[in-house]
Amino acid sequence: MEGVTSDLRIAIADLNAEYASCLDDRRFDEWPELFTDDCVYRLQPRENHERGLPLATMAFESKGMLKDRIYAATQTLFHIPYATRHVVGWPRVSLSADGHIDAETSYVVVRVRENELPELFSAGRYLDRIVAVDGRLRYKQRLCIFDSALIANSIIYPI
Amino acid sequence: MNAPHDQPLHERAPSIWQGETLAEVPFRAYTDAELYARELERIFYGPHWCYVGLAAEVPKPGDFKRTFVGERQVVMVRDSDGTSINVVENRCAHRGMQFCQSNFGNVPNFQCPYHQWNYDLKGNLTAVPYRRGIRKQGGMPADFQMQGHGLTQLRVAVHNGVVFASFDPATPPLAEYLSPAVLKYFERVFPDPSSGREPVLLGYSRQRIPGNWKLMQENIKDPYHPGLLHVFFVTFGLWRPDQQSRMITDPLHRHACMISQRNAAGAGEATQGVSTFRENLKLQDDRILDVVTEPWWNGPTVCMTTIFPSLIVQQQVNSLSTRHIVPRGPGTFDFVWTHFGYTDDTPEMTRRRLRQANLFGPAGYVSADDGEAIECVQRGATVHESAGTYSAMDGFGVGGADHMVTESLIRGMYGYWRGVMGI
Repeated sequence: MEGVTSDLRIAIADLNAEYASCLDDRRFDEWPELFTDDCVYRLQPRENHERGLPLATMAFESKGMLKDRIYAATQTLFHIPYATRHVVGWPRVSLSADGHIDAETSYVVVRVRENELPELFSAGRYLDRIVAVDGRLRYKQRLCIFDSALIANSIIYPI
Repeated sequence: MNAPHDQPLHERAPSIWQGETLAEVPFRAYTDAELYARELERIFYGPHWCYVGLAAEVPKPGDFKRTFVGERQVVMVRDSDGTSINVVENRCAHRGMQFCQSNFGNVPNFQCPYHQWNYDLKGNLTAVPYRRGIRKQGGMPADFQMQGHGLTQLRVAVHNGVVFASFDPATPPLAEYLSPAVLKYFERVFPDPSSGREPVLLGYSRQRIPGNWKLMQENIKDPYHPGLLHVFFVTFGLWRPDQQSRMITDPLHRHACMISQRNAAGAGEATQGVSTFRENLKLQDDRILDVVTEPWWNGPTVCMTTIFPSLIVQQQVNSLSTRHIVPRGPGTFDFVWTHFGYTDDTPEMTRRRLRQANLFGPAGYVSADDGEAIECVQRGATVHESAGTYSAMDGFGVGGADHMVTESLIRGMYGYWRGVMGI
C-alpha cells in the first residue's frame, strides 16, 4: 500500500486494540471518545450492506448518539448479562486519493454469559475511515459489517 | 410415578390445560414437541394464511425470495408475466431436494441441481433429463405424466403488496381471514396502490430467539408490558397506559391491533412506582425521536398488528416493518424484520425512518429486551412444565379493550388455539 508507513499501521492497530479493550473491559464511557464528534457508526448485516439496503442494526451519526447507546445498554435495556471478547485482526490500510486513511479489519466476538459456555457471537469486518484529531487517531466512520445475518437473540452493546 | 412424556399425546390431551381459565397457559404449550408438531400441521400447514413477504422484494419477472411457511422452505417468485406472484415449496418432486440455496436471486425457471429436473415459475414440471432413456434404455415409465409431478404450489393471497401463502385449500379468503376490523388497520399501513403509497424495501434484520413462537405473538398482544419493560416507551411517551388507546381483535380472537396515540409523557399516574421511568432522561442526540406526523395516521401514532400465526405489522411513529415469525422447534423461532418506507417518501422521511429503526430490531431500544425477556420466559417454562402463566390482567375474558391494562388479547388467542389444537 503506497504511502502507508509501518508507524501508521501500528497506530491503527493500537486504536483497534483500544477499541476492543473499551468494550471487553467495560470501560464503556471511553468508547465514544475513540470517534470524532461527527462520526458515523453503523452495525449492519452483510446482506443489507452488499445489496445496498440502508437498514442497519445500529445506525449512529454523532458522538452523542454513541453516548446514548452506552446509556441505554448499561441503564435501560433489560438483557441477560453478558461479557464479550473481541479478537481483532491486522488492519488492511490504504490511503484514498483525497488523503483519508481507510482500514479494513476482521473481527470475531465471543459472548460469555454466566453459567454458560462461551459462544461465537459475531464475526465480520470493520470498514473504517480514520482521521487524526489533536495528534490522535480517531474513527470518523466505522462500519461494522457482520457476516451472518442471523443474530443470537439480541445485541445490546456495540461490536 | 407419572411419566407424561411416555404417553401418546391423545391420552394425556385432556390434562394439558389444567387451569380453569384462559389466563393459565400451561408451560407445556411452549415446550412439548408433540404439541409443537400438531401446531405445525394444524396451524402453519393448516387453514391459515402465513406471511411470506412483500411484493416489493421481488419486483422483476424471475425475482425470487426464499423464505418459510412454518418450518418448510418456500420460494416466492414473480412470474414471467411480471404481475402474478407464485409461492412453491423448496422441495424437488423427484428426490425431495431443497433445490434453491439462495435467499434472493433471479431465475428464468427452477432447476434442481441434483438431476436437473426443470420447473417453470409456477412450479409445473417442464423437463426431466433422459426421460425417454438413452439408446432406448432406461428412462421414466412410458406412462409418466409431467403433470402431477410439479413442485407443491401453495395458495397465494397478495393484498396491497403483502404476500401470504397457505398449504391448505380450505383457507378462507384473506379479507375474511383477517376480518373487517383488522383489515381496516392492515390497509392503513398497506393501502391500495392507487394511493401512490406503496412499500419500498429498506432492509432486513434477523434474530434467532430461544423461545416458543407463540411468546412473540403474546408479546405484541400484550399492551401491559411496553410501558414497564421499555424505558424509552414510558419516558418518551411512545407507549404508556395513560394514553388514549384501543385494543381490537377479530371475532375468533386470533389477530389483534394495539392502537395508541403518543402523549406528552412526563411524570403521572402511569409512572408511579414504575422503576423504568427516567424523568430526567434526555438524549444527547434526539434525532432518533424526530417524529413527524404523516397524514395517513389519522390520529394513532402507533398500531401494532398481529396476524396469526406468523406476522406482526409494525407502525411505531415513522418506523414501519413486517416481522415474520419462523418456528424452529418448540423452543426457538427466527424473527425476521423487513423494514420499509413508501414510494412517496422524501429523502428526509427515508432518513427519519432509518434513524427511528434504532428503536427496533435485534438491538432496538424498545425491542432488544423483548427477545431477552422471551428467552427468560422460555427458560422458566422449560424447567417446570407442569406450571403455567397467570395472565389475568383485566379479568379472564377475551376481546378488545379501550385501555392498556389488559391481557385479554393473549387470552383470546389461546381460546382460539385450544379450539384448533383440540385441547
